[in-house]
Amino acid sequence: MSDISARMEPLTPMGTKTPKVDVYGPVTLSEVVDCALASFSARLGQQDAARNALMRFCGNTLPGPGQAVLGTVSVFWTGPEQWMVMAPHDTHEDLAEQLKVLATEAASTTEQNDAWCRFDLEGPNLADIFERLCPINIRASSGGEATRTSIDHLGCFVIVGAPDAITVLGPRSSAGSLHHALVTAIRSAI
Amino acid sequence: MTQSNRLNGGLINRDRPINFTFDNIPYQGFEGDTLASALLANNVRLMGRSFKYHRPRGPLTAGSEEPNAIVELRDGARKEPNTRATTAELFEGLFAKSQNRWPSLAFDMMAINDRLSSFLAAGFYYKTFMWPAAFWEKLYEPIIRRAAGLGSAALEPDPDTYDKGFLHCDLLITGAGPTGLMAALTAGRAGAQVILADEDSLVGGRLNCETITVNDQAGSDWVRAVQAELADMPNVRIMTRTTVIGAFDHGIFGALERVSDHLPVPANGKPRQILWRIYSKRSLLAAGAIERPIAFEQNDRPGIMLASALRAYANRWAATPAQQVAIFTNNDDGYRSAADLQAKGVSVAAVIDTRPDAQTSAEWEVLAGATIVNTSGRRGLTGIQVKLADGSVRHITCGAVGVSGGWNPNVHLASHQRGRPEWHAEIAAFGPGQTLPQGMSVAGAAAGHLSTYGALKSGVEGATAVLADLGKAATAPELPQAEDAPVKITPFWHVAGAKRAWLDQQNDVTAKDVKLAHQENFVSVEHLKRYTTLGMATDQGKTSNMGGLAIMSELAGKPIPQVGTTIFRPPYTPTAIGAFAGRSRDADFRPVRKTPSHTWAEEQNAVFVEVGMWLRAQWFPRKGETHWRQSVDREVLQTRKSVGICDVTTLGKIDVQGADAATFLNKIYCNPFAKVPVGKVRYGLMLREDGIAMDDGTAARLAEDHFVVTTTTANAVGVYRHMEFVRQCLFPDLDVQLISTTEAWAQYSVAGPNARALLQKVVDPEHDISNEAFPYMACGEVSVGQVRSRLFRISFSGELAYEIAVPTRYGDALIRRLVEAGKEFDAVVYGTEALGVMRIEKGHAAGNELNGTTSALNLGMGRMVNKKKDSIGSTLSERDGMNGPDALKLVGLKPVDPSKPVPAGAHLMTKGSPVDAAHDQGYVTSACYSPNLGHHIALAFLRSGDSRFGEVIRLVSPLTGQDHEVEVVSAHFIDPEGERLRV
Repeated sequence: MSDISARMEPLTPMGTKTPKVDVYGPVTLSEVVDCALASFSARLGQQDAARNALMRFCGNTLPGPGQAVLGTVSVFWTGPEQWMVMAPHDTHEDLAEQLKVLATEAASTTEQNDAWCRFDLEGPNLADIFERLCPINIRASSGGEATRTSIDHLGCFVIVGAPDAITVLGPRSSAGSLHHALVTAIRSAI
Repeated sequence: MTQSNRLNGGLINRDRPINFTFDNIPYQGFEGDTLASALLANNVRLMGRSFKYHRPRGPLTAGSEEPNAIVELRDGARKEPNTRATTAELFEGLFAKSQNRWPSLAFDMMAINDRLSSFLAAGFYYKTFMWPAAFWEKLYEPIIRRAAGLGSAALEPDPDTYDKGFLHCDLLITGAGPTGLMAALTAGRAGAQVILADEDSLVGGRLNCETITVNDQAGSDWVRAVQAELADMPNVRIMTRTTVIGAFDHGIFGALERVSDHLPVPANGKPRQILWRIYSKRSLLAAGAIERPIAFEQNDRPGIMLASALRAYANRWAATPAQQVAIFTNNDDGYRSAADLQAKGVSVAAVIDTRPDAQTSAEWEVLAGATIVNTSGRRGLTGIQVKLADGSVRHITCGAVGVSGGWNPNVHLASHQRGRPEWHAEIAAFGPGQTLPQGMSVAGAAAGHLSTYGALKSGVEGATAVLADLGKAATAPELPQAEDAPVKITPFWHVAGAKRAWLDQQNDVTAKDVKLAHQENFVSVEHLKRYTTLGMATDQGKTSNMGGLAIMSELAGKPIPQVGTTIFRPPYTPTAIGAFAGRSRDADFRPVRKTPSHTWAEEQNAVFVEVGMWLRAQWFPRKGETHWRQSVDREVLQTRKSVGICDVTTLGKIDVQGADAATFLNKIYCNPFAKVPVGKVRYGLMLREDGIAMDDGTAARLAEDHFVVTTTTANAVGVYRHMEFVRQCLFPDLDVQLISTTEAWAQYSVAGPNARALLQKVVDPEHDISNEAFPYMACGEVSVGQVRSRLFRISFSGELAYEIAVPTRYGDALIRRLVEAGKEFDAVVYGTEALGVMRIEKGHAAGNELNGTTSALNLGMGRMVNKKKDSIGSTLSERDGMNGPDALKLVGLKPVDPSKPVPAGAHLMTKGSPVDAAHDQGYVTSACYSPNLGHHIALAFLRSGDSRFGEVIRLVSPLTGQDHEVEVVSAHFIDPEGERLRV
């Protein structure tokens, strides 16, 4: 039984204390929890100010449709004048607030930290796996792409860091189903 | 048994013998064999019984167009009926059985149908089972159902998995014969992304089955060299055992890859099959051609097959159905079979050529202008009767006949979008028409180029044209040398005068059936198909349709092209339903959504219920509770007595921001929202455009430009979609940004007289949540264990209640903390059942009341529709029919006899009036047993219900057998004044 004066202990989307890591041959599938997320939407007529604020936060380039700019702080396009920002949770737990301070009235920011589960896949021939999961033309991706797609009926973002490093963001409550889909595809493909 | 009909050569691996059984008899074949080729090599010609007459049948073809050699493969859960022996690759231990026979293949009692054939002609069902009508369901249909069908299903769950996948390419080439290979070489060298798909296990198409040379190499050797070059190109993907089954819109194709069908069981983790969706910029159909038979008397005996199949078995699989064969042809291609068989040491008794001008030969006897008029051999061919040009009849002893009636371009995929094939007189066959699926072109034999050289050349030209179209430069590869024989054919469809000349061997349709259909005025080719069932079997008439059309054209006295073809439909070959289902089956049929307290709830042995995709705890049984009502009653009573906790994360949460957020919500909700103070929550009802209630929920104003809207669990997605539509399409000039945050926050309801006391132990002490500082309908940010939290003072149960939210990762910690802190209050955690009971007791509408037919007026919230502003649905809610004096109103019901239930779905009648639809007064929407009141209660919609409190009416539920009296009361059974909410 928990002690009500103790620290609140987080669980991962997979429901465990430490993130789940699976290794299948050359492919590693890792649940990632050190990832804060915030949506960033320019307000009506404030597009330039919003873009400038976002660029101040994450470097001088903003990704266009279907694109991601990846780094310690990453950002990917989710809609017209709309982006998702990713940063380490340990340092950016209040990411939405940090962005809001920069953007003030120019943009709306919303905390998305725990709205998503995140799985990173690393290894060779990841395209063989993803072509069993979603309609994205993953072989045409070289790195820096982010696409909203459907994986086993779940709305997901697939972010290609490099052909051998791909991130999937999916709805947190269905982390188990998404993980199962990923594992099934990995075992089928490798 | 020895392989007495095994020839020399072939593309089989004699170092790898394979043991298998057919009808429990063990045989041996070789790696590379199909079940059909291995059985033929073992001198087995009889492989099946026909569908209707149970006639003995052997293979007609050597490919996927096979109508006859249909067997059950494997046993146990993997048993698969109606599979073609001609495409089943042999593997060690293969277990195959014949089907549609009893008690055995050689002696089939049902063959009595064959003796009764004169009664079973086309249209037999329609004519015979007309009278008396009452007999149809009880007698005729069961008999027919028992007699119909071929193999039997496994009746066990399929143990295999099926994948789905998605591929992208510049050029999809369907068919890896000479045409497809040259096209792939051309496009591959030009750097295009190419997929080359073939249903066979080997690439090469007919070149694997012929003695034809390419560049002075054996055709199959040339194929391996080209395959090796293609395999080295990263931009070319060769997919064998992959059937392109359908051409769909915008260059999208379906393709079934049989990953594991050639193995005893799939490798660990591997699917049995993958259904690919291929997105192509262009496609080239290089599906080749299919030889067609000639119909003649008794032409279905095992041993009678297509001439091209006969030589395919000899050349590729080194097998022959018999040591003495005859050829029956109307074109020069039949002679190839004679030559190839003779070269393999098979004796060619005669070549029967329907053409009177056929050339004689030194190698075999040619019977010019002759036809086969009868055959003999009950379970396999023993001989044929040949009518010679001079009218005399000669008997020829042979165990097999190779029949060649010419070649039909394989236009199936080219016609999947209603494209009608066109008649090509020079080859006496239909070829692809002008209307092809988007992005498709046709090459090789599929386009009517029937020579090897023609196919190679057409492949290069086809690919070059596609590349030019895609703006890619191509250098055409040098064309190899190969035969370029012209097609010499004199159309000949059927031998006249035959009584039983089979056209569609799978569905047992004869030339005579076609004549009968025509006689009975089924003159459209589509009617012919349905009346006779010609072409309606699993082979879709690949070898039979043409013969039927030709006979139709003769009877109608019009040329074949005017008769036309029937519609071609996907899939090209039979495809397992499992492949269409893919991974979405059983527990994985759809994803599961788990609440943040799921792990904790599992530890408490909670009973879960599916709510959409969510799994929610329905109740939490405790030791000694044997009936769900005991658990639910306890949870309800204890919540109202002290305090209860419930996971309400599943309610939709939508973050609404922007300078015009309040204006936007004022449009969405029918009641006013413009002036909700920051730090307050308001209940809201949203209407559809037509004035019907859509959903209800709350909106909490966290800042001037920031709201959090909650929706019902069921409508979370629908409401979000609606709000996006309103934002983007109706009011694009408003500054509003939306995003779902349903999953981002774990939210718990804490309800009951001790709710505040419990929360005060949990919420960090710097936050004052006293009634004065945090009154009813307040909202604000607090913290729990220094974790950022949101607190809302809202109530669904009617008690003093709060909802507290933390980032989802802390949801598990929070439920444990609430339970721990609640111990001193004997707090309970309650599930959806208790939640439902309490909201019915309180008279709160939920999904049952917001059922898509009810208005604000019906719900008793008519006055909420604010007329000082324009909101969605406001105007149309004023429609006449929705505001009549006898409109349905939400009421409560309690049984006059307290022991009686008040079931949902029951209808309400005024006492003394007839029980019929015309006198219906309303219906019960939600019902439960109220442990607080000690009897059943219900919510109902009743005509003029709000003015009928105290009236006793009649509740009728024919479905549950209830008919008793209930009293109309207020829907608010508990605390109607709402005093508990505000303490």
